[in-house]
Amino acid sequence: MKNDQLLEMIERYLNGEMTVEERAEFDALRNKDAVVETKLEEHKHFTGLLKQYNDRHTMEMRLNAIHDEIDAHTLANDLMAHPSVVVRLWRQHHSKISVAASIAIFATLLTLFFTGYLSNKKADYQQLVSKVNQVENSTKKLEVKTNDLIKRGGKTGPIITAKYRGTGFALSSNGYILTNLHVVNGADSVYVQNADGESFHTKVIATDASHDIAVLQINDPAFKNLGAVPYGFKKGKSELGEDVYTYGYPTDAVVFGPGALTSDAGFQGDTAEYTVSVPVNQGNSGGPLFDSKGNVIGIISGRQTQTQGVAFAKKSALFLKTIQDIPADSLKNNPLILNTKNTLAGLSRKEQVKKLKNYVFIVKVYNQ
Amino acid sequence: MNNHLNVEIPADSEVILGILNNSDVVLKKLYLAYFPMILQLVINNNGNEDDAKDVYQEAIIVLYNKVKRGDFELSSKLKTYIYSICRRLWLKRLKQMNRYGGDIKDFEDYLPVEDEVEMQQERDLQLNKMGEALKLLGEPCKTIMEDFYMHNKSMQDICERFGYTNADNAKTQKYKCLQRLKKLFFQQQ
Repeated sequence: MKNDQLLEMIERYLNGEMTVEERAEFDALRNKDAVVETKLEEHKHFTGLLKQYNDRHTMEMRLNAIHDEIDAHTLANDLMAHPSVVVRLWRQHHSKISVAASIAIFATLLTLFFTGYLSNKKADYQQLVSKVNQVENSTKKLEVKTNDLIKRGGKTGPIITAKYRGTGFALSSNGYILTNLHVVNGADSVYVQNADGESFHTKVIATDASHDIAVLQINDPAFKNLGAVPYGFKKGKSELGEDVYTYGYPTDAVVFGPGALTSDAGFQGDTAEYTVSVPVNQGNSGGPLFDSKGNVIGIISGRQTQTQGVAFAKKSALFLKTIQDIPADSLKNNPLILNTKNTLAGLSRKEQVKKLKNYVFIVKVYNQ
Repeated sequence: MNNHLNVEIPADSEVILGILNNSDVVLKKLYLAYFPMILQLVINNNGNEDDAKDVYQEAIIVLYNKVKRGDFELSSKLKTYIYSICRRLWLKRLKQMNRYGGDIKDFEDYLPVEDEVEMQQERDLQLNKMGEALKLLGEPCKTIMEDFYMHNKSMQDICERFGYTNADNAKTQKYKCLQRLKKLFFQQQ
């Protein structure tokens, strides 16, 4: 029997178009021949699928027709869970908000850039040389004149006004003084003024830009020997937490600043410096930093602008090396002999400070 | 919710009867009654109106087939049943699109209907294959197949429509067409 004939019989059988005899005959065939039975099942399944496909298709058309009558979009708007005002504002305006925010950030960065906030280290690290203002100038003139009167014409320095000012301290009895290079840099002339208000002309004989230090020598005929320097210079390192103090001239009167050594590294981790918590101001630059025994352990050279009471001091070991390296011919026949004998060690803080008076100076800088 | 949309909710028994009678009126009532519920589910879970339409129509077809097969027992509310099917379908689709965030915002109670949805999707796969096969079949075979197997037309009608001179020619043609359709259907994987 050919396949197409078999198929026709199957179809007639399934559709119930067979006569009773034909049907009985076909049932017998189904029982006898498994191939026929399988074919029948396959065909039934396949045509069933075709019918289901048609049903689904019809159903979809009916449903789509119904769906088209619904205004789904309006319905969706009604059914959307309504978000809060902020969320809605953000959804509607987020592009504008983003643009505004970008511009704001850009403008801020630009401002910071042009004000040097981003690039300039000096914004954080402020050197403590002080620019003497007009009021101070007139005060000083008065002071100088008064001194003139008192000393009956004794020479005490020029009447013209100093432009910058810092602190310096004696290295030896014969008039060698240490200060910061940034105090005296670019100076036409440099004077030092002692606690009694006497000024002496000095000469810069050595500088070390890498450690920001300068050595001055008093070459004023009015100058007499200072007498033995009471403090020593520490060659080693000082320990964290040690009591320290400064002594300098941020104002016309000397200022004592107590504090502690807070870090072995200075500004941005600079190992040539200590960090100390001592209140310092403009004019403190070049001032000595003492430990509790009265040894010089550093020289104040700057402070951090954001934090009050944080100052930086160059370590003594470094400037001692610079001093040793000064060529002998710069010193001529006036050798720089550092004081090694510390006479302050056993004294109370008050007594120590009293003895420093004659050895710490205001450094006054004159230029055009 | 439905009150506010002024939709009449048909009684569950009315719907079942309507489906068995193939009633257009009931189908429409049913469709309008629960569409807002499904729309709400879908649009509040990362979907849009078209997604809601697809999911909802599929659920209606599931319900239809179930009722027609006669194995729908009214053990739960129709509303809950439809919601459960749609929820399941939408979860599956979200996962397929990788848009599933791990939790779904629910608006109704729901039943476990995983098996039914699986069955339905298995069947849909077969029907889609059939649709593809019919598309590839081409004329006149496609029309012959549709007329004979879907619209239950007689061979006589088909003879006339395609101008076959005798019924045997038509039968031979129909046989060939069916063989090709089967081949196209089973070729797809």
